[in-house]
Amino acid sequence: MTDAPLLEFRDVGIAYATRAGEVPVIPALSFRVSAGEAMGLVGESGCGKSTVALSIVRYLGRAGRLVRGRILFEGRDLATLDDEELRAVRGRRIAMVYQDPMASLNPVMTVGRQLMEVPMIHEGVGAATAHARAIEMLREVNLSDPEAVMARYPHQLSGGQQQRIVIAMALIAEPALLVMDEPTTGLDVTVEAAVLDLVRELRRRRRTAILFISHNLGTVVRVCDRIGVMYRGELVEEGSIRQIFTDPRHPYTRGLLDCLPVLGRDKRYAPLVPIPGQLEPALSRPPGCGFAARCIHVDRARCTSAPIPLLPRDGARGHRVACVRATELAPWARRRAEGTAADAAVVSDPVISTQRLGKVYHARSGLFGAGRAAVRALRDVDVVAVRGQTLAIVGESGCGKSTLAKVLTGIEVATDGHVTLDGAEIGRLGVDGRSRELRRKLQMVFQNPDSTLNPSHTVGYAISRALRRLRDRAPADPSAGVARLLEVVKLAPQMAARKPRQLSGGEKQRVAIARALAGDPDVIVADEPVSALDVSVQATIVNLLAELQAARGTTLVFISHDLAVVRYLADHVAVMYLGAVVEFGRVASVFAPPYHPYTEALLSAVPVPDPDRQYARILLEGAVPRASERLRGCPFATRCPRKLGAVCDDTPPPVQRLPGGHHIACHIPTAELETLQTALVEPSREER
Amino acid sequence: MARFFAKHLAFLLLTLLVVSFLVFALSEFSPGAVARKELGAYATQEQVDLLTRQMGLDRPLPVRYAEYLGKAAAGDLGYSARFKLPVKDVIGKHLGNTALLAALAFACIVPLSMLLGIAAGMRESSRLDRAILLFSTVVASIPEFALGVFLASVFVVWLGWLPGTATLVAGGGWSVATQLVLPVAVIVLFDSGYVISMIRASMIEVMQRPYIRTAVLKGMPLRDVILRHAVRNAMINPITVIMLQINYLIAGVVVVETVFAYPGFGRMMLEAALFKDIALVEAGALVAVFVAVATNILGDLAYMVLDPRIRA
Repeated sequence: MTDAPLLEFRDVGIAYATRAGEVPVIPALSFRVSAGEAMGLVGESGCGKSTVALSIVRYLGRAGRLVRGRILFEGRDLATLDDEELRAVRGRRIAMVYQDPMASLNPVMTVGRQLMEVPMIHEGVGAATAHARAIEMLREVNLSDPEAVMARYPHQLSGGQQQRIVIAMALIAEPALLVMDEPTTGLDVTVEAAVLDLVRELRRRRRTAILFISHNLGTVVRVCDRIGVMYRGELVEEGSIRQIFTDPRHPYTRGLLDCLPVLGRDKRYAPLVPIPGQLEPALSRPPGCGFAARCIHVDRARCTSAPIPLLPRDGARGHRVACVRATELAPWARRRAEGTAADAAVVSDPVISTQRLGKVYHARSGLFGAGRAAVRALRDVDVVAVRGQTLAIVGESGCGKSTLAKVLTGIEVATDGHVTLDGAEIGRLGVDGRSRELRRKLQMVFQNPDSTLNPSHTVGYAISRALRRLRDRAPADPSAGVARLLEVVKLAPQMAARKPRQLSGGEKQRVAIARALAGDPDVIVADEPVSALDVSVQATIVNLLAELQAARGTTLVFISHDLAVVRYLADHVAVMYLGAVVEFGRVASVFAPPYHPYTEALLSAVPVPDPDRQYARILLEGAVPRASERLRGCPFATRCPRKLGAVCDDTPPPVQRLPGGHHIACHIPTAELETLQTALVEPSREER
Repeated sequence: MARFFAKHLAFLLLTLLVVSFLVFALSEFSPGAVARKELGAYATQEQVDLLTRQMGLDRPLPVRYAEYLGKAAAGDLGYSARFKLPVKDVIGKHLGNTALLAALAFACIVPLSMLLGIAAGMRESSRLDRAILLFSTVVASIPEFALGVFLASVFVVWLGWLPGTATLVAGGGWSVATQLVLPVAVIVLFDSGYVISMIRASMIEVMQRPYIRTAVLKGMPLRDVILRHAVRNAMINPITVIMLQINYLIAGVVVVETVFAYPGFGRMMLEAALFKDIALVEAGALVAVFVAVATNILGDLAYMVLDPRIRA
């Protein structure tokens, strides 16, 4: 690693021209990536990591400008290249993989053509050679039946397949550097795990250097050797994976690690610690440390007077920190669960429950709606949410968890079975058919607060409207009610006058929660409420939900694909696959053997932000079958790594009941499952 | 694909049936009115009644409509009172003239709009974009008759290069080809302004899509990025609107035909309506509806050809 670096940022400054003037997004950034090395850049949204990625290929748009410093690639200053030379670097020497693979592929061109273009541009080879190369490359990214895949259009492929195509397209010209910008964000956890494994494997085989940009420390660990942590356009800490994870020296790095939910964490014993405050706009940049305003270790006199240099640490090669107190801080310790979850609380007081709940969609097709294809989105779902506790619903996209949320809240109505709220049947009641009292009792929080808040209404109006509509009589002083609710979700009362566009993502989600709380509901159904948020913001919202529940006794139905968050927040968990609940129970029992084989696969795919803990992985083969197929046996049979044989295909699995209300729908006896499934053990249990 | 055609064909027939009935009912609802229209204001009531009986107009409306449909299916659309010819021949001649004008105009509008729209949308707010935007806005906002008069005063009155009328009769020393230049130019200028801005807007949007970034960062020259990746995507949204221009070109260029005394379909309809030539109005309305629905189908078809995502 001492030889000349492949990529070097030398004191690089990048600014964007905006109406408010030129904004220095990157004030001064220096780092190096050696040939064959994998470096991760981590930080929250707005920290400038994508700008770094795009500056490497000189694609900053017309507003972006390199204002100082040099970006050297293979010893050449990229800014000095003319168009021709730049094109020879793009795609050939530096290739990119992007966040949203569907959007990154041309929708009207077959993926084969898009792949073939790369060698045709850079090596001038003919179509036949390019075709052969593309097929070979598709094989290398583990796509089965490459010939058939070549002829497909992007929309005919799954998200995981699309990302493999993008990776294949990046690697087909054998670049020296692969820049990956959030390559797994938005993919299902199982797909993400497979893509990360592929990247690791390809890297080992091809010795391509990687600059891996992500907001998720867990994914970076799986791919990289080194990590740079970015905050407000600056590198605040840089070091090997081990240095960063075992001895983080910068308070921001520590903050990121502390607010990250990991599988062993539980709201009762290892609370997430959010980073206080929020990212300030890049426009105003005070002298000194950019993180000072949010730092719990701040020493005003030293931290905010002069720029803080990124200095190497003594005795730790390659570890650099930009903090004046780096050596003074006490050693960091990973927070761990300290006790066992109280198993005393048994299912006692169900608030909302479903009995053999089913939902069938009839997709209309044909001239007069003749050929009706039924999609079975929910089949025989039995779940119970206990008063004052959290029921989490987990599963991959398409497993029916959002449909379940919709049926509970009345956006959709059930076609079979029952939904019971406080003893009353509500499964067939749509939102419009529900009484005011029922609507008050059951409220919903959605994934994307942007699309649920009317942009032309103030926060105060949105909340007071909910107050009016959900209370029997108009409150005497609506603004007092609004202020009280804002206080509950920890927003300043002045926020009432703001419009949604003046709020950050986390603030918007708080407003959405405040609105749901307006009628003092018994049950809140939250569909992926934190998925669109940064980790530190996510931590505050998750904590807020836990606190509200503790204070008000609200029952929470929490829909999520993130098992670490679910482990943290939930009391009961239902694992769904293809519209069916395959496992249900208390969170501690579901997250410990014996598991349903699907739960086991999901758990094994969760990124673990800890270099010492790389679990055995269970990769799911094949794709999720269509929910319309008639199922005779177990829904998971087509992909189950522990499939027994024909019995799984033909016979519905028995529901095995374990103590503590834990159910597993599987043909394999639970005793046998328990002996098989020892590879994945929760960290907290391992230590005990 | 077969299902697509079956579905749309059924829709086309249904529309034709409904429209023909509406037009028929509106113009022939009161039996006396038809004969009155035929004979004019100075005929006596006896004459009107006689003609009404002779024409069988005293029978109930559904009966007459069924008879009309039967004849129409056999190719007999009636007799034009204005042109003193069978309706079929009148429509055939005028529609042919209009088709010629429309085809020439369409053949200019599409390439011109694509070229300018794509060149403009390629780099939003570049100097080229601003120039094209100005041009398209100006030509689209001048009314057709003003544009016609303006071009005529320059090329006919002032320069004397072209004839001021396009009667399609090779007289006065002007060939038919020279007669067509001005009407085509007016239509192309007026209509392109609109189509250019449609394509430009779509192109601007496409150029900001991540797949364009993917193509650029593959190291592809900008020309190839535009031609191979951007153009087809940029044409997906405007294509249905472009196809709808055919409808306008055939049934909606009355003003231009009038300005240049062009014997086209639009002017024929106008005359038929003013003259109360009921048989011609009825048949002309059917043709117009047919063109409207058919261009819609063409638009859908073109959309499917361009965008593989909606091919089911």
